[in-house]
Amino acid sequence: MKDDNLLLTMLLVFAPLSLMAIGGGASVLGELQRSVVDNQHWLTNQGFLDMFAISRVAPGPGTLIVTLIGWHLAGLLGAIVSTIAIFAPSSMLVVVVAYFWHRHPNAAWQKALIYGLAPLAAGLVLSSVFALLQEARGGWIAWFVAILVAVASRKVRLGPLTLMGAGAIIFCGLLALQ
Amino acid sequence: MPQADLPALKPASPKPEEPALPKPGLLQLFLVFTKLGITSIGGGVNGMMHSEFVIHRRWFTDEQFLSGLALSQSLPGVNVANLALWLGYQCRGIIGAVVALAAVLLPPAFVIILIGDVVLRMTNVPEIGSLLAGLAVAATGLSLSVGYLATRYACTDIASVLLFVGTFIGATAFHFSALVVVAVLAPIGIGIGFLRNRS
Repeated sequence: MKDDNLLLTMLLVFAPLSLMAIGGGASVLGELQRSVVDNQHWLTNQGFLDMFAISRVAPGPGTLIVTLIGWHLAGLLGAIVSTIAIFAPSSMLVVVVAYFWHRHPNAAWQKALIYGLAPLAAGLVLSSVFALLQEARGGWIAWFVAILVAVASRKVRLGPLTLMGAGAIIFCGLLALQ
Repeated sequence: MPQADLPALKPASPKPEEPALPKPGLLQLFLVFTKLGITSIGGGVNGMMHSEFVIHRRWFTDEQFLSGLALSQSLPGVNVANLALWLGYQCRGIIGAVVALAAVLLPPAFVIILIGDVVLRMTNVPEIGSLLAGLAVAATGLSLSVGYLATRYACTDIASVLLFVGTFIGATAFHFSALVVVAVLAPIGIGIGFLRNRS
């Protein structure tokens, strides 16, 4: 059946991306677009961008765009296969590291790993915040609301949903006033 | 001098090795991660997790959370999924990891399939588009808070400050992909970490 080949190809296309996503799913989006649009011709560029937009406003990590692509290509089975392909390889690596971490809590390699990687993680988090806010609607309003929420999250003990809701309302208010 | 390797901890956490409250059960783990997975919009779920687990529920200390964050950011894979795996593993071992991953991924996966093109059409309605954009911006604010905390945690000496600045400038100003930045700076950073331990 044609479907079996398609599922296998999806697995072979998405699984390597899982291990390339150092620093998060956003780092393989370009590679994903190349694979899906240029190499496999599964989607048009516009189709890919539409799905990208959906994955950004829908709940959950943006990498679930791969689930949506799988669903679009091969229904429920496609969604399942593509989700496993993009998440399983990296997840296994994390569990293996967590296992050794737990067994040898004071080994030198852990300290070296944390020492070396923590500044990179901090830099990547802040640079993605920067990138997101530059793309965000509202210009200075986006920056203002983000900084407001950041400060509030440290100063008041509120759940994230409350903070996000308040931030979103302030954002809409300022946008309407402008 | 192993103590010097640890970042300065907040006075708020009296015993940094132990979280303030007992570890949650599997069902509680599943429910909280489901909530986080389903309510995270436009990124920033790391910030939501920090606010939920460290500030609100106190299952983890800042240090436990941030070392997990550092690893989940650095190892390949989706940050949120990695962090869920890591925190789940810390709570309940491998079953906890699997439960947390499933909880954070599966409900949003169903939602994205179900609402797919409907959401895209809804963003054309101005009010709903603004609200979604506002939620995304607020979520980014939570990430900013975590980024600030992670920076304070990571920058313990000149070398780590340089690594941080190099990463941020490289990714932001020069638009290097995270892959390139990590491939170049991670070995340098880990190497310096080993040298520091030896001396």
